[in-house]
Amino acid sequence: MSAGVDRGPEKTVFEKGSPGRCGLDLPEPGPLPLDAKLLRADLEGFPEMSEPEVLRHYLRLSQLNYSAAADFYPLGSCTMKYNPVVNDKVAGLEGFVASHPYAPIELVQGNLRLLRELEEWLVEISGLASVSLQPAAGAQGELAGIKIMRAWHEDQGKPRSKVLIPASAHGTNPASAALCGYDCVVVPVGDDGLVSADAVREFLDDEVAGLMITNPNTLGLFEPAMGEITAAVHEVGGLVYMDGANMNALMGVARPGDMGADILHVNLHKTFSTPHGGGGPGAGPLAVTEQLEKYLPSPRMVEKDGKLDWEYDRPDSIGPVRSFYGNFGILVRAWAYMKACGGDGLTEVTRMAVLAANYLRVRLEQDYDLPCDGPCMHEVVFTDKKLEGGVKTLDLAKRLLDYGFHAPTIYFPLVVQGAIMIEPTESEPLETLDEFADAMIAIAREAREDPGKVKSAPLNTPVARLDETRAARHPRLVWKAEESA
Amino acid sequence: MRYLPHTPTDISHMLATVGLESVDELLVQVPANLRAQQALGLPDGCPEAEVLERAGELSTSNSILPSFQGAGCYRRDVSSVVSAVLSRAEFATAYTPYQPEVSQGTLQACFEFQTYVALLCGLDVANASLYDGASALAEAVLLSLRVGRGRRRVLMSAGVHPAYRAVTETYLRGSGDTEVELIGLDKNGRTDADLLERALGDDVAAICTGYPNFYGVIDDLGTASRLARRCGALSLSVTSEPLALGLLRSPGELGADVAVAEGQGLGLPISYGGPGVGLFAARQQYLRQVPGRLVGETRDSNGRRGYVLTLATREQHIRRERATSNICTNQGLAALAVTTFLGLAGRKGLRKLAALNTARAHQLAERLASEAGLAPVFSAPFFNEFAIEVPDSKHWFENCVQHGVVPGVRVADLEGSCADGGENRVLVTVTEVNSDADFDLLVSTARQSMAA
Repeated sequence: MSAGVDRGPEKTVFEKGSPGRCGLDLPEPGPLPLDAKLLRADLEGFPEMSEPEVLRHYLRLSQLNYSAAADFYPLGSCTMKYNPVVNDKVAGLEGFVASHPYAPIELVQGNLRLLRELEEWLVEISGLASVSLQPAAGAQGELAGIKIMRAWHEDQGKPRSKVLIPASAHGTNPASAALCGYDCVVVPVGDDGLVSADAVREFLDDEVAGLMITNPNTLGLFEPAMGEITAAVHEVGGLVYMDGANMNALMGVARPGDMGADILHVNLHKTFSTPHGGGGPGAGPLAVTEQLEKYLPSPRMVEKDGKLDWEYDRPDSIGPVRSFYGNFGILVRAWAYMKACGGDGLTEVTRMAVLAANYLRVRLEQDYDLPCDGPCMHEVVFTDKKLEGGVKTLDLAKRLLDYGFHAPTIYFPLVVQGAIMIEPTESEPLETLDEFADAMIAIAREAREDPGKVKSAPLNTPVARLDETRAARHPRLVWKAEESA
Repeated sequence: MRYLPHTPTDISHMLATVGLESVDELLVQVPANLRAQQALGLPDGCPEAEVLERAGELSTSNSILPSFQGAGCYRRDVSSVVSAVLSRAEFATAYTPYQPEVSQGTLQACFEFQTYVALLCGLDVANASLYDGASALAEAVLLSLRVGRGRRRVLMSAGVHPAYRAVTETYLRGSGDTEVELIGLDKNGRTDADLLERALGDDVAAICTGYPNFYGVIDDLGTASRLARRCGALSLSVTSEPLALGLLRSPGELGADVAVAEGQGLGLPISYGGPGVGLFAARQQYLRQVPGRLVGETRDSNGRRGYVLTLATREQHIRRERATSNICTNQGLAALAVTTFLGLAGRKGLRKLAALNTARAHQLAERLASEAGLAPVFSAPFFNEFAIEVPDSKHWFENCVQHGVVPGVRVADLEGSCADGGENRVLVTVTEVNSDADFDLLVSTARQSMAA
């Protein structure tokens, strides 16, 4: 970090600056046309800083972060791949950033053409009929998708009451289903980490609105019974929602639509290389079958006489889930990635992602417990069972930070104890994969020989282990002079 | 492919380690009947120069004209410092700070963001952001329904941005029997207090007020809050131009229990409407019902100050179907833009920028009234946008565009709005970006288009 210099904690902006400084030069506004009783007295608490102070503050904060650009970031289920720099350049083109969402349609045909191409490419990759680019994130795509499921059932006569969700699912799945008024029924996962058609059949009846399934699942395994499962759900009149968080394993290999998925969201910030931004903005486009197209969020893009336009009059639509048309700047980045890679490139991406995960699987399986044997897709899940000296997954994660690697996703999926979920992605060179494997193996050895060291990790990070209990017990969510440490 | 590092030698080595001869052997996990039958039908990949060329063609086929469009998405002069900070890969390519020890940059920036949002809204706590202003309102309404157990009516001012109302309806549809009742505006452009009072009842969970409202009018949030209190409902303040909060009395001061806003106008480009960022602040007593990520201050094992994600037991990855929201992350980088922007503007600058916006908007309003005969429709005080009414707005609007200026937003073009007979209304927005030359162009074109 920052050439190895420890500057101590960076003060907040609220402790910096000095009265009279300002990072904006503005003309005098003249007399205010508003009655004083409408106005606030002051912006008490706001800092007063010059431009260079602000820049320095945030550059210093940036240096306290691990990032996928600078470090290996094998966070399972998050697909922390390379985010091409050119994507940002494209998204920053003046014609895009300066276009207004309510601009007359003839002034923004370039935007719509780009969005149309992106829709078409996602249709091809998903094997489904239509795509809405509106959802702002995967979880919002799920929400829209389950709303569509509900709307469809209502049109069949009744909304039904239950959604089946395998135990290995992301937490957003049950949360989204609940938000749409459904009871969540957990389908157990077999010892092999897979959902069997029989396990699903056990819960199927005419109250089941559908199934939400992630494939490959969160153990990194392809669900081989997917075809049988989707057929069984369809047989009782249910729909299949597929969580496309793991599409990086499928491009050019298999298409959700061909497997019987009716509704799918994809995360552009995972598979399609848009930056994760420390938590967003992402994008969660939604793909559906032809029979569900009419329910997609409004407005929908339509083409008339070679001119693209937004159609708001969509009586069957679930309505909009977001203002305007989605996270356009993110959609542009994904377009640039797909344009650069092409169909063959994306297929190669998937193949290399799968190879890299399997390479790590084999390199680590002597030292780490693999709860599900055999090949994996784009990610591999281990547990801490083989670690000695009482070292747990959390300790391993913290120790990895000392070795200069971001930790894998830990304690997820919940179906295995002490999960260590590693997703290397396709963009890491072999040397990095080896260095990471070497570090993992070295930590397993440390656990045997000097477990105390592992348990006291991290030792080389800007701060040591943080007291999360204290944070939750006495929440300090905003800065206050008198309270701060 | 330039994004892929693996040479044939690397691939052979990896395959040999795995004990296989080809990647295809790994993919047999996918049963043959589920395998793709043909190659992906996408165009061929291309070098960077070609990506830029095609993107350039598309972006330049847009036309960027002098414009008075706002309506929830505001042009603003933003310091290059903001884009410099956002382009730091340490911020842009990190993810949710699951490992706080190596994510202090993101976490501290979120903590600063929360502090700014709470200060702006005059409320106790704020979250680390939601997707946008519209979904933030939906989440606030859901909060009010959780807090007001059994209450099932939501009183929604017609002054709340129509897109926010529509998104809220989508979120509510199919989940219980909640009814959203639209409360019309009075002739001055404020929520009609009489209608609001008549709609009160002990089954009302929330009263939602645009502040400033969709027509730019500084609505009477204080009265709405008082009426909310009278029937035990929450007062929700909804802002789509967040700059206004730098000048106007804060929602908290006016009795709001929850304040939501779109943050785009504080540092983000308009970018065809996204990404934006939802601001969400609340009184302390609703903290455990707040949706989304929260960052809290704590200490490390050496007693040093640090930040972590906290109160995660509200969230989907712990609570699953009983979470306060299904949201997984926040809008990290967009929130960072807001944080950086507010640091540059600071205590004096933000107020001054807001004052400049309102002063300029009033100058234009006066000119349109005196020189083109187009007075604002509503008489109540406004911030930086106001509605005018023109005969045959479609024709008038098109005429202006042909003359090279976008005069505003035709209210009739917006989804779900215009319930109150305003099909000839045009919402005109002024920010610091609009020059005197833009004013001249609009005023002269407006006058000619009236005559045309």
